[in-house]
Amino acid sequence: MAVSIEQQAKGGGKADIRYLTPLDIETKEVKKYCRFKRKGFKYIDYKDADFLLYLVNEQGKILPRRLTGTSLKFQRKVAQAIKRARHIALMPYVADMLK
Amino acid sequence: MNHYETVFILNPVLSDEQIKEAVKKFEDYLLSKGAEMIWKEDWGLKKLAYAIQKKKSGFYHLFEYKVDGQVVAPFELEFRRDDSILRYLTVRLDKHAAAWAETRRKRIKEKKTK
Repeated sequence: MAVSIEQQAKGGGKADIRYLTPLDIETKEVKKYCRFKRKGFKYIDYKDADFLLYLVNEQGKILPRRLTGTSLKFQRKVAQAIKRARHIALMPYVADMLK
Repeated sequence: MNHYETVFILNPVLSDEQIKEAVKKFEDYLLSKGAEMIWKEDWGLKKLAYAIQKKKSGFYHLFEYKVDGQVVAPFELEFRRDDSILRYLTVRLDKHAAAWAETRRKRIKEKKTK
């Protein structure tokens, strides 16, 4: 212990402070795609509620595009279909633990 | 002659023949206005996602038909007048929606025949 202090005093000792280099764990950027465009959907039916449940979170709220990655055109169709399904009580407006 | 699709919910406390009579009344109204009925569906008693007029379930019916545009408003007035209807929704079908309804009908028919 004493030796190292002397050594450091003489300045010969290696400075063991290492600067934190940014950890460059390269995260693969998963390209989001619109599942409706890729599958060739033309119309989203407001009557089959169990399909629409995929596009809604636990509280029954519509999932945003940034999470699902759907295109604007289909997000509008999905939103309209969900709102119609809610109107005829196939889907709840507010729910808890929907899934 | 536009392509329309109407879904409506009937009060669950109705008896069977009252339901048949109500559905028939609406269908006759449409036919009297010169509509062309394409498809009728009866989903039977279903649980509602939320209570409507204090009721937890209802009889769902679906009409798919072709009719002139100005007939739809008075038709919906009929729904409003009839108090055994909990809720109704009329939707105009564009070509994609009509194509989808077509495939849906085929699928249902196949299921029935199987």
